[in-house]
Amino acid sequence: MSVIEIGGVWKSFEELPVLRGIDLTIESHQAVVLIGASGSGKSTLLRCINGLETVDAGSIVLAPRTREEVDISAPRVDMDAVRRRIGIVFQSYNLFPHLSVLDNVTLAPRKVAGVRAEQATDEAMALLTRFGLGDKAGEYPDRLSGGQSQRVAIVRALALQPEVMLFDEITSALDPLLVGEVLDAVRELKAGGLTLVMATHEMGFARDVADQVCFLRDGIVFEQGLPEQVLGDPQRPETREFLARILG
Amino acid sequence: MASLVVFVVVIAVLVGSTPGWPVVRETFFNAQQFGDSLPGLLEAFWLNVRIFLVAEPIILVLSLGIAIVRTLRAPVLLPLRLVATIYVDVFRGVPTILVIFLLGFGVPALRLQGVPNSPVFWGTAALILSYSAYVAEVFRAGIGSVHPSQRMAARSLGLSTWQTNRYVVIPQAIRNVVPPLLNDFISLQKDTALVAVLGPVEILRQAQIDASSTFNYTPYVVAALIFIALTIPMTRFADWVQSRMARRQRAGGTA
Repeated sequence: MSVIEIGGVWKSFEELPVLRGIDLTIESHQAVVLIGASGSGKSTLLRCINGLETVDAGSIVLAPRTREEVDISAPRVDMDAVRRRIGIVFQSYNLFPHLSVLDNVTLAPRKVAGVRAEQATDEAMALLTRFGLGDKAGEYPDRLSGGQSQRVAIVRALALQPEVMLFDEITSALDPLLVGEVLDAVRELKAGGLTLVMATHEMGFARDVADQVCFLRDGIVFEQGLPEQVLGDPQRPETREFLARILG
Repeated sequence: MASLVVFVVVIAVLVGSTPGWPVVRETFFNAQQFGDSLPGLLEAFWLNVRIFLVAEPIILVLSLGIAIVRTLRAPVLLPLRLVATIYVDVFRGVPTILVIFLLGFGVPALRLQGVPNSPVFWGTAALILSYSAYVAEVFRAGIGSVHPSQRMAARSLGLSTWQTNRYVVIPQAIRNVVPPLLNDFISLQKDTALVAVLGPVEILRQAQIDASSTFNYTPYVVAALIFIALTIPMTRFADWVQSRMARRQRAGGTA
């Protein structure tokens, strides 16, 4: 069963085409890893899925052929309702600096989903504890390390119990020593059966965790398949060239 | 420290040696006049304090509302945004003392039923209108200083535009503008004296009355000292807040 179906998506920024007809199906409980050079369209694709950018052409359908089906790319869609169902974590954490870790996590459940404060706190504490952050609940973001901040950002997105999580190069801003703890958090989510779409440059991690790897170049899916195929035995010369560059 | 002492001594000697000094000392720094005018001036100053205490909270609420209206982007709200922009342009462009004159003498002359005629009322209203335009721009700058990624993160969690403003952007914007806000408070404390032009006996008016009945200007010096006594603690507080925030900023890093 697919969670998201993307068909023929185009997106330009001021005449500059960034996505040029993307087709991609995200199956439920799968981890899809997007690889490709900076500017290949990975981030833009994720932001279109979350409705932070509107697409110029094509369609993005959430939960196709179910009662909850929504065409995200259609005009006049209630995007706030869609975003509750799709979590996203950014490279730069974007925690709210004026709120404690606990309040960062409970804000959306309380104000968006209408969960009672007490219940939201209990659920947030359970999630924070699961990701090794139980003792940080009362801290403010400026007291956290990069790895802790990014794990809080993951928990914050998870608190709305999304159907799918999007990760936009979430380890790129981190000290190399802190990358592991964040990737472990993603592994934990994958093991829990959540559907994931992740843009990353961590090829070792992609090989480990991905069910499907997509190589993007110039706004097109150049090659996709199992990680051992795309990363181990790439068919296209562009893919080989990219892998050779990134693996050094 | 030594250089400061030398500086003060040099200035004192220079001023003391001017030909007019004995007369100036008598008319501006008369100890007898000082003692005589102080109680009356303090009593009159209470009116300035009350004007300030009434005006300041209203200014804060009004200006924050105007700033928010000016940052809303929905096309439906264009008329509202236009009104807010014109308001800010007009009241920032007109000197405060003119606003006080126009409202204080103009509105009572209309002889409207049920509208107060008190000069204190209209003087305070003029201060509120004038300062709200300034403070609205301070708040708007504060809203602009919140990084767009904060808004994006809030929207990505499903918060509506209004909720994003209410829970994420505005709390941070207010924090960012506390020092300039305190600066405007200090300015407002002083500008309460402008209401004197309408006639109510606040501290400047009282000092004028004292001075013209005795032909001695010491009451003006006393009035100045009373203002300083109130504004200096406020200035120091503003400095303290500013340095504390600068420290936090340095310690903060990425967030």
